[in-house]
Amino acid sequence: MAMTEPRLITTRVGDPEGHTLERYLATGGYTALRTALGMSPDEIHAQVKASGILGRGGAEFPAHIKWRTTMDLPQPHYLVVNADEGEPSTFKDHMLIERDPHQLIEGMAIAAFAVQAHVAFVYLRGEFALGFERLQTALNEAYEHGAVGRNILGSDFSLDIVLHPGAGAYICGEETALLESLEGKRGFPRIKIVPTVVPATIGVYSKPTVLNNVETLSNLPWIIANGGDAFAGLGENISTGTRLFSLSGHVEKPGNYEVEMVKTTYRDLIDGYGGGVLGGRQLKFIIPGGVSSAWFGPQHLDVPLGRQEVGAADGVMPGGGGTMLGSGSVIVADDTTCPVRIAWRIAKFFAHESCGQCTPCREGTGWLEKAVWRIENGDGRPADLDLLLDVSDNIAPGLSWPYPMTTICFLGPSSAVAVVSALSMFRDDFEAHIELGRCPHD
Amino acid sequence: MARFTPENLQRARDTIALYPQKRSALLPLLHLAQEQDGWLQEDAMAQVAELLDLAPAEVYGTASFYTMFKFQPTGRHLVSVCTNIACMLRGGYELLHHAEETLGVRAGGTTADGAFSLEEAECLADCDRGPCLQVNYRYFGNVTNDGFDTLVADLRSGKLAAEVPPHGTLSRVRRSVPRQVPDEGTPGEPVVPDAPQSGPQRVHR
Repeated sequence: MAMTEPRLITTRVGDPEGHTLERYLATGGYTALRTALGMSPDEIHAQVKASGILGRGGAEFPAHIKWRTTMDLPQPHYLVVNADEGEPSTFKDHMLIERDPHQLIEGMAIAAFAVQAHVAFVYLRGEFALGFERLQTALNEAYEHGAVGRNILGSDFSLDIVLHPGAGAYICGEETALLESLEGKRGFPRIKIVPTVVPATIGVYSKPTVLNNVETLSNLPWIIANGGDAFAGLGENISTGTRLFSLSGHVEKPGNYEVEMVKTTYRDLIDGYGGGVLGGRQLKFIIPGGVSSAWFGPQHLDVPLGRQEVGAADGVMPGGGGTMLGSGSVIVADDTTCPVRIAWRIAKFFAHESCGQCTPCREGTGWLEKAVWRIENGDGRPADLDLLLDVSDNIAPGLSWPYPMTTICFLGPSSAVAVVSALSMFRDDFEAHIELGRCPHD
Repeated sequence: MARFTPENLQRARDTIALYPQKRSALLPLLHLAQEQDGWLQEDAMAQVAELLDLAPAEVYGTASFYTMFKFQPTGRHLVSVCTNIACMLRGGYELLHHAEETLGVRAGGTTADGAFSLEEAECLADCDRGPCLQVNYRYFGNVTNDGFDTLVADLRSGKLAAEVPPHGTLSRVRRSVPRQVPDEGTPGEPVVPDAPQSGPQRVHR
């Protein structure tokens, strides 16, 4: 996978042996952990706060706030890694787990020491069989090396890490569903009351739990080694450091690219690193932050890759607002693409993955899937377009970005975003399907 | 042979010991049962229930939430073809249709000889190599129709046996050490206290 400077977390991914302890130690591995163990938890927290790192799982919540919340509460604390990467077209954590598992383990050990958690879990997507083998091998090596286990690296601190395989459920990437699943239950999201009832206060086994994404934790060795200020020196505004973007779809060179935040635009990513639209064709639209994000068009190519920058963009949602970087996936669709078909596939995905707890989502996702399918296959009626907007408005009132919540978790309102984006950008396409009685792109 | 072998029973007990609360071992134990039998049989779920102090209905009710658990005999090779957006833009559905024709089963079906099960999968997180598929959760990327036919032939002949273990096996690497740190919480004890003895009783353990 092609990579670009600056590299913080992808220095080993091109090395076929980068996943082994031998290569990890030869390239400076576990020295940051040794440094961290010589610091106090508050000093480590100060570095993470100075770095300004936002969570890399999709919600972009400041990591240091989660940590502080847990640190200030009574023991025991737990650390849980969200390695349940499932947002369609996101494949960065998959790469980090397979290619550099020790970097993740070192990041976990640093985080666990900082928040004083003695048991840490990796909730690993069940389908990541090779990732499981690589991570288990690395973990066995790390125990042997003394980087995990009793009195790690000769310190007073002890830590167990447990790999926990999921079993195929997109919703378990939602942090509270993940905790339910980790407790051996169905992946039903829990009600959160920010800021008092969140995983950082009441997490796994109802104990304070720091829940971070794979990429977030993989950045910790670099942050400790180079200092939080150095990390904050990259990027701009609240979007500091680098981020991995998973580029896919109609693009010449799909892959994961580590780029400096805000200094890079969608155009740089697609035309520069990605080699442009496949076959030199014209860009029709991009799905800029995972299928839960509002779409962008060619007019948005110069928007910088930063949380505030994409959020403040003049987006396509009828209720206003921009979009999100989300999970860091960017899907490119060229001018031969049928937007109705894409909207249908996304609606189908959400209908399949809805956990069924909340009515707007359980019922609404099915309605959206059926109505878009009808249109795509030539059985649509003119009134269906208003129906789509009406159903969407019931799931995500106002059809804006961001949306108000009608459901326990974000899956419900996310499901409406693709359909509404497609309809507001390409209403002509929808109407042509209905008038012709077939898909004009077939 | 759905009940755990003595070796797997020991593995199950070792796994339970990793967690502060027993029930957390549910998914790992179900994977272990599926690894042993190729799919999840009722008496295996009953044994998991017994090991975790759960009602069998709680085990089945949880297991059925997750797509990786199979409740009927599944082919030695489970072929999961991704049709989500990134793969769809690169021919995922065309690949799925080719797979259906080649194997002679629709998505969701199993070949008569029990060699292959075919399913349509949601995003498998290998999108830069779309269209992609997994066989028993091992990746194959940039799969053409010809490539698919070769893959099927190689799976049939056993040529890929080293790369692709039988369905149900996730990691061939086992954890090498038990828990090192005693939990500071209350191991095995629920955080929420049991219902009082008088008044309405919980209907299951």
